[in-house]
Order: sequence, then structure tokens, then C-alpha cells
Amino acid sequence: MAILAYFNYWVFAVLLVIGLYAVIAKTNLVKQLIGLSIFQGAVFLLYISMNKVEGGTAPIFLNGNTERIFSNPLPQVLILTAIVVGIATTALGLAVVVRIREEYGSVEEDDIKAQDVGS
Amino acid sequence: MTLIFGVFLLILLVIVALAIVRSEDLFAAVMLSGIFSLLMAVNFFLLDAADVALTEAAVGAGVATVLFLGALALTGKEEARHTVSPGGRWLALGVSFATASLLFYASLENPHIGDGSAPVHQHVAPWYLANTLPLIDIPNVVTAVLGSFRGFDTLGEVFVVFTAGIGVMSILGVRHSLVELSGAELDARQRSLRHHLIPRIVGRGMVPLIMLFALYVQFHGEYSPGGGFQAGAIAAAAIILYSLLEGDDRGRELLPEWLLRLMVAGGALLYGGVGLACVLLGGNFLDYSVLATVPSAGQHLGLLLIELGVGITVTGVLISVFHAFARRASR
Repeated sequence: MAILAYFNYWVFAVLLVIGLYAVIAKTNLVKQLIGLSIFQGAVFLLYISMNKVEGGTAPIFLNGNTERIFSNPLPQVLILTAIVVGIATTALGLAVVVRIREEYGSVEEDDIKAQDVGS
Repeated sequence: MTLIFGVFLLILLVIVALAIVRSEDLFAAVMLSGIFSLLMAVNFFLLDAADVALTEAAVGAGVATVLFLGALALTGKEEARHTVSPGGRWLALGVSFATASLLFYASLENPHIGDGSAPVHQHVAPWYLANTLPLIDIPNVVTAVLGSFRGFDTLGEVFVVFTAGIGVMSILGVRHSLVELSGAELDARQRSLRHHLIPRIVGRGMVPLIMLFALYVQFHGEYSPGGGFQAGAIAAAAIILYSLLEGDDRGRELLPEWLLRLMVAGGALLYGGVGLACVLLGGNFLDYSVLATVPSAGQHLGLLLIELGVGITVTGVLISVFHAFARRASR
């Protein structure tokens, strides 16, 4: 299964650029934020892929059993907190988008720029 | 078998991500991103990250979807144009393709997935695995690392969540007079799902069960997957479900604004306060061993308190953010 040894990394790369494409190419600000969360999800996948150890299990000592192989707990801790921080920052972004919509009447990037130039 | 299932799920993730970007209907895109999160959670579970899977399922598929829908209600469901100018589109494709190529090329130098001798498994991880039982005496290594070994880090994250919550409240707390809804319209929006019989009956039965599960995840986090971040997201989901079913005004009666603000600040303060208590008792900041006569008992007490602080802040922030969007909609 040598080909599959890198499969998670490839999926990470593809997801990352799908998110990146949405952020660059889409004019709708909500769509850009959705793209950003795909981008974020790709990074999470990279970290969690690295934590896996072949034949391992989740790093919890069931019934005090420490003899098994355990996967790496550190990336899990980093990503666990990052997910919650991610939703909080996404909410902040959405709040800014809502305010932009109220001031400009649009969430399309080029409309907003046109209004800025016009005024 | 697990390998094939994993590959299948990863391919499905890519397909869903493509569908999200291609979809012209933002409502569909938000729903698909809920599915994306759920698939991601299953992937995390297959990769032995039970705690992360629990968080992703609660946050990504639950709370994030509701927040995006709340924002869509205020900004409109359709994309006016799909992309920037043709030139910009080709530029975006070019940048994406180049980035993907570089990442593919770089991935070939990475250690294989699941390789136990990879550098990432050599540094501090074995130390954490070997010292969790002697020093902290709890079975869940993730909780031990999160709460105790890397307690500073988590304190920082809690304050980021706190700051983001304050940010949303101050951005959307500003009153505006541009859109004034008529009384009937306001009434229609606030009524929410109150008159839909099936969601209401089913949902009412679910809310206490979700809340109970949140408390279990909160207080059993040292022994099984769970902890303050997960429990906070699940508890917030329960309250948000209640608000969706009964109307936002009822939700605010249940947890009034002053209480939410107290939760947002109080949880973070509780975390910091435990750290200060450690200093006052003669230890280092967030060194829980000094909190009790037996070091491991002190660690247990410290972890319980800081996880409680994390849970309270996360719940408070997520519910406050939901109310901020919902109230904007009903104005």
C-alpha cells in the first residue's frame, strides 16, 4: 500500500487549494468565509494525519493499560483547541460581513469596491 | 478494511468541498459544509483522534452551520456573480494549481502515514505518554496535555475565544435604523418553529438529553474523550436548539444577557484564577500540584476547575454569538 502512504497529504493539498481558490476567485464574502473554513479543515486534516501511528489507538489508558501502541496526543490537543478558536473567529468574520451588508447593501466584493470609488 | 473506508471518506471530502465551491446557492453551500465537517469528524476518528472528532462534530456540523445560516438570513442566499473577472479566475486557478503542485511535491518527502518512527513521534509525545499516569494520574492523555502540560497554551486559546465573542458582541451590538421590520414581520420571525408540531415535540425531547450528554462530556473528560471545549460546544448546541424551537426571546429568558456575559468573562477568569491560586500557594503559574496535599489530587482538582472554566466560556461565547445574529435578524 505504498501509494496510499501519502494519500492523506494529497487530500490535504487538494482541499487546501479548493479553499484557497474560493477565497481568491469568489466575490461573495460569505462564500469566501466558507472557503476559508475548508482551508482551515485541510490544515486540521494534515495535523491529525501526522498523529496516527500504525496499529495504534486513541491515547486513553483504558483500565490502566499502558502497554498498547498509542497515537500521538500532541497534534490532537493543538487541533482540538484550534477548532473552537476557528469557529469563534469565523463568527467574528460573519459579524463583519453582516455589518458590511448593512452599510453597503451588498456582500459582493466588486459592488463594495465600486461604491468606495464612487463616494 | 479501515484503510479502504478511510480512502473512501477522504475522496468524499474532496467531492463535497468541490460541490461547496461550485454551488451557486449559498444555503446549499452551508448545508454541504455541515456534511463536510461531519465527514471530517469521521476521518479524525479513524485517525485515532477521538477527542478532536467529538469537537469537530459538535462545532463544525452543529454550531457553525447555525451561525452561517444566521448570517445568511441577514445577507441573502444567492451569489450575484460566481467569480471575479475571467482574468482573475485564471489567476486564481494558476495560484491554486501551483500551490497544489508544490504541496504534492513536498508530500513525497514526508514520512509515511502511520510511521511510528516519524520525527513528530520522537520529541515530547513519548514523554507525555510516559508521564501522564505518574504525574497527573488520569487515563486521557489528551486532557492531561491540554489542561496541565500545555495549560498556558489552552489559557491563551480560551482568551482568543473570549476576545472573538466580545468582538462579535461589539460589532453587532451597534443599533442601526436602516431596516425596521413591521410588527407582523417581526412576529412571524420570532415565532420560529413554535407552531411546527413535529420539530417541536422531537426537539423538546432532545434538548435535555443533549444537555445531559454535555455535562457527561464535561465531567468525564479526564477518563474518556471529552473536556471543556467539546462540552461547551454541545451545551451551546442544546441551548441554540431550544432557542430555534421556542423563539429567540424565550431562549434569552432562559439565559439572560447578563448571565451570558458573566459566563463569557467568568470562565476565562476562573481559568486564570486557578493559575493565580497556584502562585499564591507557592507553586508556578498553572502548576496544580500545590492545590492539594497529594500532588496528583491537586492536578485532578486543577483540571476539573480549568475544564469547567473552558466549558463555561465556550458555552457563553457561542450562545452570545448566536443571539447577536438572531436579534439582528428580528430587529
